[in-house]
Amino acid sequence: MKLIVGQGSCGIAAGASKAYKILEEEIKNSGANIKLGSTGCIGMCYLEPIVDFIDDDGKKTTFVKVDEEIAKQIVKDIVASKVDSNENVISDEDKEALAKQKRISLRNCGIIDPENIDEYIESGGYKAIERCIKEMTPEEVIEEVKVSGLRGRGGAGFPTWFKFNAARQSPGTEKYLVCNADEGDPGAFMDRSVLEGDPHALIEGMIIAGYAIGASEGIIYVRAEYPLAIKRLNIAMAQAEERGYLNKDLFGEGKFKFSLRIKAGAGAFVCGEETALLESLEGNRGTPRPKPPFPAQKGYWGKPTNINNVETFANVPFILANGGDAFAAVGTEDSKGTKVFALAGKIKKGGLVEVPMGMTIREIIFGIGGGIAEDKGFKAVQMGGPSGGCIPAEFLDIPVDYASITKTGAIMGSGGMVVMDETTCMVDMAKFFLDFTCKESCGKCTPCREGTKRMLEMLEKITEGKGEPGDIEKLEELGKFINSASLCGLGQTASNPVLTTIRYFRDEYEAHINDKKCPAKQCKALLTYTIDPEKCTGCTICARNCPVEAITGTLKEPHKINPDICIKCGKCYEVCRFGAVSVE
Amino acid sequence: MACCGCNDNGNVAVKDVDKLDQILSKYEGVKGSLISILQDVQGLYEYLPIEALNYISEVTGIKLAKIYGVATFYTQFRLDPVGKHVILLCQGTACHVNGSKAIEEAICEELEISEGETTKDGLFTLTNVACLGCCSLSPVMMIDGEVHGKLTPKKTKEILKAIKAEEE
Ligand SMILES: Cc1cc2nc3c(=O)[nH]c(=O)nc-3n(C[C@H](O)[C@H](O)[C@H](O)COP(=O)(O)O)c2cc1C
Ligand code: SF4
Ligand code: FES
Repeated sequence: MKLIVGQGSCGIAAGASKAYKILEEEIKNSGANIKLGSTGCIGMCYLEPIVDFIDDDGKKTTFVKVDEEIAKQIVKDIVASKVDSNENVISDEDKEALAKQKRISLRNCGIIDPENIDEYIESGGYKAIERCIKEMTPEEVIEEVKVSGLRGRGGAGFPTWFKFNAARQSPGTEKYLVCNADEGDPGAFMDRSVLEGDPHALIEGMIIAGYAIGASEGIIYVRAEYPLAIKRLNIAMAQAEERGYLNKDLFGEGKFKFSLRIKAGAGAFVCGEETALLESLEGNRGTPRPKPPFPAQKGYWGKPTNINNVETFANVPFILANGGDAFAAVGTEDSKGTKVFALAGKIKKGGLVEVPMGMTIREIIFGIGGGIAEDKGFKAVQMGGPSGGCIPAEFLDIPVDYASITKTGAIMGSGGMVVMDETTCMVDMAKFFLDFTCKESCGKCTPCREGTKRMLEMLEKITEGKGEPGDIEKLEELGKFINSASLCGLGQTASNPVLTTIRYFRDEYEAHINDKKCPAKQCKALLTYTIDPEKCTGCTICARNCPVEAITGTLKEPHKINPDICIKCGKCYEVCRFGAVSVE
Repeated sequence: MACCGCNDNGNVAVKDVDKLDQILSKYEGVKGSLISILQDVQGLYEYLPIEALNYISEVTGIKLAKIYGVATFYTQFRLDPVGKHVILLCQGTACHVNGSKAIEEAICEELEISEGETTKDGLFTLTNVACLGCCSLSPVMMIDGEVHGKLTPKKTKEILKAIKAEEE
């Protein structure tokens, strides 16, 4: 019998470590023969902490939202052989949401213990690299990746085999392989899940890629905000070395040896851009380099370098173990395989999902994600983070593939999917992303450095009710200019959130500018608070709570708000017990 | 020497020089390790004292301008000491959509500081971060490594008050 606790960052944040301790104590006290283990994140963050129970016949029961009380109850129920009666067993609906997914890059996440290499090997791990070294030439490996149709999962979606091949063909004997684990999109955590939940998949993928391109040294650039990922990678690398997968002649064939090290980033979104990442690896400020030369020609210290994303690498062992065809059988004509998405925002079941390419957005958000929180109306979904765009309700039924998403003005991106409902102001959302890119611009080129700032100022003006006719057109013009005149991908995509919100929600911009109203009631400066004299009982609680004494009235008489003094803090709205305060 | 805080070279003295030397010797001869050095040094002092940056420049020969340039480029590096409790407030997309601005206002009101500042008593520093990776618990803040999720302005103030009360 075994109990397995999900210990990804999200699980730990929700209290998984506490649950683990309680389980440990209770098992000891009960004297029952139950093993206790850990695993990574299964993706159902809204149900964390999650504990799996596997009985002697191998039957699995999943418990969700395991707090201290439930943890105690679980051990009692196991001892009494009545686990099914436990109230926190996962619901059929949630089980189904998991069954609708197809797991390739997350195949082991939430299942195996990431700190135990044997569990990775038992699930078929390190078989792919063995096949490559013993049976295949590097060219054949690249061919297999070509057959799979795998495209980069870091954002741009470039065919992976092409990049491998370019680095292989590049002259020189000293070549490098870099893993981009900088995961900068604020609100996305696909790569973290792999790093924390299945680090060996990344390591094996990198060894295979190293063999394919002829690079004997690999570097994983991880963002510093991921301490648990770094810890688990270090453990995994030590174990891989012990078993002879790193720093040793692989399988004694005298063909290939690979070494790997970690470099922690220091917090800069632009360092996700590959040439900025190289600068950062060399110890400099992370400012992008002009391309060409491409990294495949002149990369790390001027040597041919190939850079891929974590999820890209995690797919590689699957492809080499099962054949490129097996991967290509999933997905659509131009987008093969699966994609991991981080569902967040106003969604019922937030977390990580991995789905076959070609599934509709509706199926992902409503079928798997359970729909909109509090059953409000769906407004839009932001894909691709600060470089992407918003997709409105009319496109809910398009399939998720590179071409269809690009057509909407958004991008597939690395997998962020932020769901917005009718209470989200699209102008505010555009401002949020632009504020982010503006702060993260490295400052090297003027259109991006100055242009994003000017656009941000205009958006601030609009949300403060100072917008003027013509502002929308100015935003569009400046946005297009920044996109076309910037050096790197950050600047080239910075205005996408603004341009797509204007494209689909122009009326909302116009309401802010012409009517000085925020339809979603989010932009403070545009709100007016009033008291309904019919409903007001004159209890005076609003007047006592108003920080600027804008509310007047005598006891038991209807009160009034002086709009000239009101700072729109919303205190009166919060404290009124009679629903007499309304906001427009 | 002890009187004015200067050492024999006339420079302001660096604390824990031996530990700093250890860090520097670890990276001796490894090119491109400035960021790693700064990360270790910040691990030692909790921030990057300007005296330490001077010292690094002297020993490694890297120009102070470059060191300063790198230290100010990356958000991880701090040039000022921080409070006893560092509040990392998430301003990632999910938290923004779920009201992180109101949480920031509540913290600023309760502690009478703005983002990036430290309270006068040196107890708290408030830093905005982008995504703590617990989006399903948004809005979220992390204090001393512990995550507090599903925040409301009221709940936030209560958490801060509880920490203050413990300190008294
Ligand atoms: C501003 C900016 C940020 C980026 N951030 C990331 C990132 O966090 N992770 C990532 O894998 N790729 C990121 N990319 C894309 C990389 O430049 C690069 O295309 C990718 O790592 C290549 O790997 P792939 O072919 O496996 O997708 C970013 C690009 C830009 C322009
Ligand atoms: S586009 Fe922006 S981030 Fe990219 S190099 Fe230019 S200033 Fe730097
Ligand atoms: S956006 Fe706040 S935790 Fe992810």
